[in-house]
Amino acid sequence: MKPIYLDNNATTAVAPEVLEAMLPFLRERYGNPSSIHAFGGDVARDVERARERLAALLGAESPTEIVFTSCGTESDNTAILSALEAYPDRRQFITTRVEHPAVLSLAHHLERKGYEVVRVGVDRDGLLDLVELRAALSPRTAIVSAMWANNETGVVFPVEELARMAHEAGALFHTDAVQAVGKIPIDLRRSAIDMLSLSGHKLHAPKGIGALYVRRGTKFRPFLIGGHQERNRRGGTENVPGIVALGAAAELALRHIQEEQTAVRALRDRLENGILERIPDVIVNGHRERRLPNTSNVSFEFVEGEAILLLLDQAGICASSGSACTSGSLEPSHVLRAMGVPFTFAHGSIRFSLSRYNTAEEIDRVLAELPPIIARLREISPFSRAHPVPDCAATCPTGCRGPKSCTPPAPPEDPDPPRRRFGPQHRRR
Amino acid sequence: MAWNYSEKLKDHFLHPRNVGVLEDADGKGEVGSVACGDALTFYLKTDPQTGRITKATFQTFGCGSAIASASALTEMVIGKTVEEALRITNQDIADYLDGIPQEKMHCSVMGREALEAAVAAMRGEKRAADTHEEGKIVCHCFGVTDRKIERAIRENNLTTVEQVTNYTKAGGGCGTCQAEIEEILNRVLEERRREAPPRPAAAGGARMTQLRKIALIQETIEHEVRPVLQKDGGDIELIDVEGDTVRVSLVGHCAGCMAAGFTTGWIQDKLRELVSDRLTIVIEPPGAAEAQR
Repeated sequence: MKPIYLDNNATTAVAPEVLEAMLPFLRERYGNPSSIHAFGGDVARDVERARERLAALLGAESPTEIVFTSCGTESDNTAILSALEAYPDRRQFITTRVEHPAVLSLAHHLERKGYEVVRVGVDRDGLLDLVELRAALSPRTAIVSAMWANNETGVVFPVEELARMAHEAGALFHTDAVQAVGKIPIDLRRSAIDMLSLSGHKLHAPKGIGALYVRRGTKFRPFLIGGHQERNRRGGTENVPGIVALGAAAELALRHIQEEQTAVRALRDRLENGILERIPDVIVNGHRERRLPNTSNVSFEFVEGEAILLLLDQAGICASSGSACTSGSLEPSHVLRAMGVPFTFAHGSIRFSLSRYNTAEEIDRVLAELPPIIARLREISPFSRAHPVPDCAATCPTGCRGPKSCTPPAPPEDPDPPRRRFGPQHRRR
Repeated sequence: MAWNYSEKLKDHFLHPRNVGVLEDADGKGEVGSVACGDALTFYLKTDPQTGRITKATFQTFGCGSAIASASALTEMVIGKTVEEALRITNQDIADYLDGIPQEKMHCSVMGREALEAAVAAMRGEKRAADTHEEGKIVCHCFGVTDRKIERAIRENNLTTVEQVTNYTKAGGGCGTCQAEIEEILNRVLEERRREAPPRPAAAGGARMTQLRKIALIQETIEHEVRPVLQKDGGDIELIDVEGDTVRVSLVGHCAGCMAAGFTTGWIQDKLRELVSDRLTIVIEPPGAAEAQR
């Protein structure tokens, strides 16, 4: 049976039209776009057409602002390292605590190489602390990199405002828009963003193709040094089938962008509201308005995420979790921890991420399968509303008083308290 | 299915045995915490006549392998005397489930701890780990003591920090205690080596003659191991090869080096990689070569 795929922030299905568009370039049209002969040169025209299509999706001034890369990670690395190299006197890099590892791991690496790194925090809703960011900006700041939309919660950052703040300090602004492109309208002509990363496989193109938007006039230093490809901004023979596929996917995305705001959002809300109605002791992680239309991150109290995922998988439903057991480390998601989500909820978090290929029938099947799964795991769990999770210090077998295990980091002072929605008002008791 | 679980483990997760609260339990053990990502409550009931465990139930907050480990443990202890049950190691639990993924071994450790806690409660004792009087917290992220780390190393023959993390979670959070774990590991490995009697020779490799094997071992030590040790002012001497047991002694700096435990592990890895994965290395005290001659 075809699985119900609700893990589109991890990767997406290649659209049939996209596959059709790329196939000739895996078969007969294998020429190298750099060749002099027509067999290769013609391929170069297809590469340029794809560039135009992607530029159109982003609302870029010119297709020459697009540099094709191999993935989102390469785009992120290229943008940040380029800024640091282009402005050697500025030794500070500012980012956020909730970035993708493509940026956070690089930040760690840069720190060890002697750069000053600032990671700006978020509040309980996952919204960025702009006061902290403003305080961190200085004449030493080379670049600010903040994601457009968070991959785990879907929370959207005010990137235009962030770009303006960065510019006031004379710094560049880069955004990892891997989760945003194709899901929310983007118009870079009317934007202050200097560089933007995206990845093909998050918008129905295949894996192995990404792009970096570099605003015309932005000082740029290549990351991959080699041939003259991509106007000397990225060495290496072009991934022609991938580029053509990304162009086709961009065209499709532009055509469907309103559908994301309406149909996909409606399905997401049907799922989320359905869960909140049917299952007690659930919270929604992340600001409910300022987020992507396709993402819902919910936490089920008293149960653990991996166990939920495995039982969902048994039922043919694909999702993901921020629990420790699935995060690749022993601690739950760094995003939920940065938001100060209590451990009881962080370990039981599930992310559902939809695409325009999902149907109402699929959502209804999930709503039928999920409540018994949660009920079953809650039966196994020693905790329940009647037996709430005791104070950590009292139950810890080793009497641990660890600062990290017992008290999640306090969220920073909220400049706008009424905005804080996380907490009891979102819990159904 | 993509999960890295054995069929038996999956079965225990999908159909856990003996779930629930045991109202008339003689002992109840609670270990783990939600903060740490898994928690287990284990209940025991014994027959006062025979001293055998008649009922065991559990409740788990945790992932698939945590649920399966607890389920397996209930099956394993029912019918056993308390003393027999206490001899169950975390490796026994893993074996019962046809293996647990390395990074989930802490689930089996938690099972064993819960059983011990339940027995202690039944006997009216206070477990050392409960009172936390003995041992000092090494990993503050997960509240793991040096005693727990040491026990996991000894019982499971752990040789790397990563393994210690897999079995106890220690070092798996912020990672700042990894150096301390390494020290404990080095100390225990050193002690173990002194305690360990010489191992009996294992059966020889099927496809390799003993002669060829010895030649390869000599070659590996000569070209791969010695140059590295000499860089640090140490050296290695091959004493003998018995079956798959390679006896060597470390000389110079290596002999008293703090990292000797690691060096040993590294040499063994090299030999297994380049000669045969059945090889076991035994370190003899310096001068053993002379004594044998």
